[in-house]
Amino acid sequence: MTAYIIRRLLHLIPVLIGMTLITFSIVHLIPGNPAQTILGEAATQEAVKNLEESMGLNEPYIKQYGIYVTDLLKGDLGTSLRTKAAITKEIWPHIAATFELTFFAMLFAIFIGVNAGIISAWKQNSWFDFLAMLFALVGVSIPVFWLALMEQWVFAQELGWFPAYGRENSRDPIAAITQFYVLDAFIHLDFPRIFTILKHLLLPSIALGTIPMAIIARMTRSSMLEVMQSDYIRTVRAKGAGQFLVIYKHALKNATIPILTVIGLQTGVLLGGAILTETIFSWPGIGRYVFEAINYRDYPVIQSGVLVIAFLFVIINLIIDILYTYIDPRIKY
Amino acid sequence: MKGKYAFWSILMLLFILLLTACSGDGGADPGASEEGNEEGTSEQKGSNAAGDQVLVYARGGDSVSLDFASISDGESSRVTKNIFESLLDYDKESFEVVPGLAHDWEVSDDGLSYTFFLEEDVTFHDGTPFNAEAVKINFERWADPKHKYAFTDKGYAYPLYGTMFGGYKGDDTHNIKEINVVNDYEIEFVLQAPQGPFLQNMAMHYFAMTSPAALEKYGPDIGENPVGTGPFKFVSWSKNDQIILEKFADYRKEGLPKLDQVIFEVIPENSARLIALRSGEVDIIDGINPDDAAGIESEEGLELYVRGENNVGFLGMNVEKEPLNDKLVRQAINYAVDTEAIVEALYADYATTAINLIPPNYLGYNEEIKAYGYDVERAQELLAEAGYDNGFELDLWVMPVSRPYMPDPETVAEIVQSNLEEVGITTNIVREEWAPYLEKTGKGEHELYLLGWSGSNGDPDYFFDSLLHGDSIGGENRSFYKNNEVDELIDQAGAEIDQDQRAELYKQVQAILHEEAPGVNIVHSTPLAAAKSEVKNFIPHPSTSDPLEEVEIATE
Repeated sequence: MTAYIIRRLLHLIPVLIGMTLITFSIVHLIPGNPAQTILGEAATQEAVKNLEESMGLNEPYIKQYGIYVTDLLKGDLGTSLRTKAAITKEIWPHIAATFELTFFAMLFAIFIGVNAGIISAWKQNSWFDFLAMLFALVGVSIPVFWLALMEQWVFAQELGWFPAYGRENSRDPIAAITQFYVLDAFIHLDFPRIFTILKHLLLPSIALGTIPMAIIARMTRSSMLEVMQSDYIRTVRAKGAGQFLVIYKHALKNATIPILTVIGLQTGVLLGGAILTETIFSWPGIGRYVFEAINYRDYPVIQSGVLVIAFLFVIINLIIDILYTYIDPRIKY
Repeated sequence: MKGKYAFWSILMLLFILLLTACSGDGGADPGASEEGNEEGTSEQKGSNAAGDQVLVYARGGDSVSLDFASISDGESSRVTKNIFESLLDYDKESFEVVPGLAHDWEVSDDGLSYTFFLEEDVTFHDGTPFNAEAVKINFERWADPKHKYAFTDKGYAYPLYGTMFGGYKGDDTHNIKEINVVNDYEIEFVLQAPQGPFLQNMAMHYFAMTSPAALEKYGPDIGENPVGTGPFKFVSWSKNDQIILEKFADYRKEGLPKLDQVIFEVIPENSARLIALRSGEVDIIDGINPDDAAGIESEEGLELYVRGENNVGFLGMNVEKEPLNDKLVRQAINYAVDTEAIVEALYADYATTAINLIPPNYLGYNEEIKAYGYDVERAQELLAEAGYDNGFELDLWVMPVSRPYMPDPETVAEIVQSNLEEVGITTNIVREEWAPYLEKTGKGEHELYLLGWSGSNGDPDYFFDSLLHGDSIGGENRSFYKNNEVDELIDQAGAEIDQDQRAELYKQVQAILHEEAPGVNIVHSTPLAAAKSEVKNFIPHPSTSDPLEEVEIATE
């Protein structure tokens, strides 16, 4: 197991190098002089030249790439062209916001999706199965922005049960420490605030989690159905084990692998920034951060945003791979 | 049962692992932790638990930088307007120049020397005294790219200074020749040539005063650490989320500001912003779909605000391309496009059909000019006269983004297309991304194009000189229109300091442009804002930078 993890970590190195190469090329593939772009058309030639020098743009590409990677290793993602602020400092709250939202969206998706899938498989062809799968079909097909707008309209405007936007009550902002607001509220031992933050999380989590939930439910159902037909399940049943035990203990474990794969992929997708949900619920996440940067051609931010998202995706995959071997010791690589 | 628990605990483990892995370098916003409102989480309207007056102002996008002069971004100046002050200011509802940090000023007869008399006993938020030396440092910072606070090596540039004062230190056209500190509270600006809109420019919010001590202390981080003399001081900024300002107790105007705290929130969706207003989560919203306006107006508890006109949306023509080089064709297009129908269809009556390039409330607006009006027959006659009976084809470029002067360019293009079809002109709609759109129209690759212009100093010069002066070809004059008579009149008006004289000159410019028709002026939009009825004394400014010092929240 340890040897496997080490091997798997070593595999990461070429992947990471490839990622940096691609993000590095983004800036250089785009026509035009970055220094000119930064200063605008009215800038004097001299100013452009000075900026080029201070940015190292007059060096050969190899050396520039070297500087880029060295800076990355130091945790320096560069400076935003638009705001002139350090990206490392700017990007963190956005990552945390996306992370928190993804966490709760996936919690919702996994809890409902897995259980609905299991019950559908257990009571195959029952009315519950039929309804759950219809619901799942609607769930994968529903446009996220529509769902988000409907939620907002019904639960924020008409009923007033939940807030319409943001991560917390804007009149009373949290003293952020980690930028994970739920965690921060725990640290402050401020329990009413935890409740407020969870209230803000609910609508966007449901909007964001609906598609993964539907996919997970369908995957769980089909995977469970397959396992339920295998011989060992019949044996367990023959031993006289109760239905619940058969399903949740014996069958689920073998059905988990494909479900886990889907969960991993979906988590990766959500971490990439859910631009629609983030826009509608004014969630200051990574998706919106990169989207704004694209609008303004803020290349260093696009570059860093893409790099961070790719990195998170790789990490999720790594964790899923490690979980495979943990769940199913027969898996050997 | 064991299997189930294992499954869940693994999942929890997965997330906790990620959580801890990523919180290692927790870059907590230092500003945010200074925020001390931990008394409770009550959602009481207009105040926090301590009973302070807190106002939440929601807008569509975040500020770019709080160093106002280094960017030209409305969402930035909306916030900095309340942190900083300029030597002069605009009236609450218009662009009329009123005193700011200078309570009085004198202009020499030749228009080359302006002396400003500054308010005494004013301090910046950091305690630094405000004086003539501070004014000089600020202006030199913008004028001189080599100035120690210019931060050009960090990508800082001051485009609006260059536009408004003819360039930078060392340029031939740079108009501010000298800045002389007469004494602590008296400062003289010596100009190279008389400049008509000089005072108008000095009142622009882009030329507000930053504390020199803060420039020294924060260096290039000044964009995130604004220190001014204004009614509110900066507390914290979490990007794409909120900016918090609080009352500056030593503000120079007695009894102001009335609010204890102002929070600028970013809510990108127009509909979400309105819902947040209705549910009481925010107090003022800027940016409303015209279709929602009627609903807000009739809704109890909400108040609709209409900003003054300060922009123009137009259908431009590249007059270098055939057949648009023919005046008759251009006039024919003016008759053919039904501007009133466009305004009615797309702005729900919250806009004015444009006749001239400048908005009606501007200096020198020529009221004698009558609109072309929608007249298909007249258009056809003119086309026949020009020898185009059989019609022709034109490319129509459509901007890919919505702007206050044109929230829905795609539909405007469709209406224009069908209007022109009626008189026999076939148009092919061309779509480009925003940056290439500006770049290619600047180079003249287009024929017809949709665009607009927003005022920033409330002066006609900013419209005529930028959009239709021959020297602006290659810049903002995307119509490639060059008329020596017009150029001369614009130059003359730009150098004239008697405002009545200037008004006359601009009237002449408009008369010529109306006849020459280098474009179809479509609309002056009046952007909308809304607030809860409890919000008192809120006056939206046409520049979109609303001063909030007098705003208060009525408590019943």
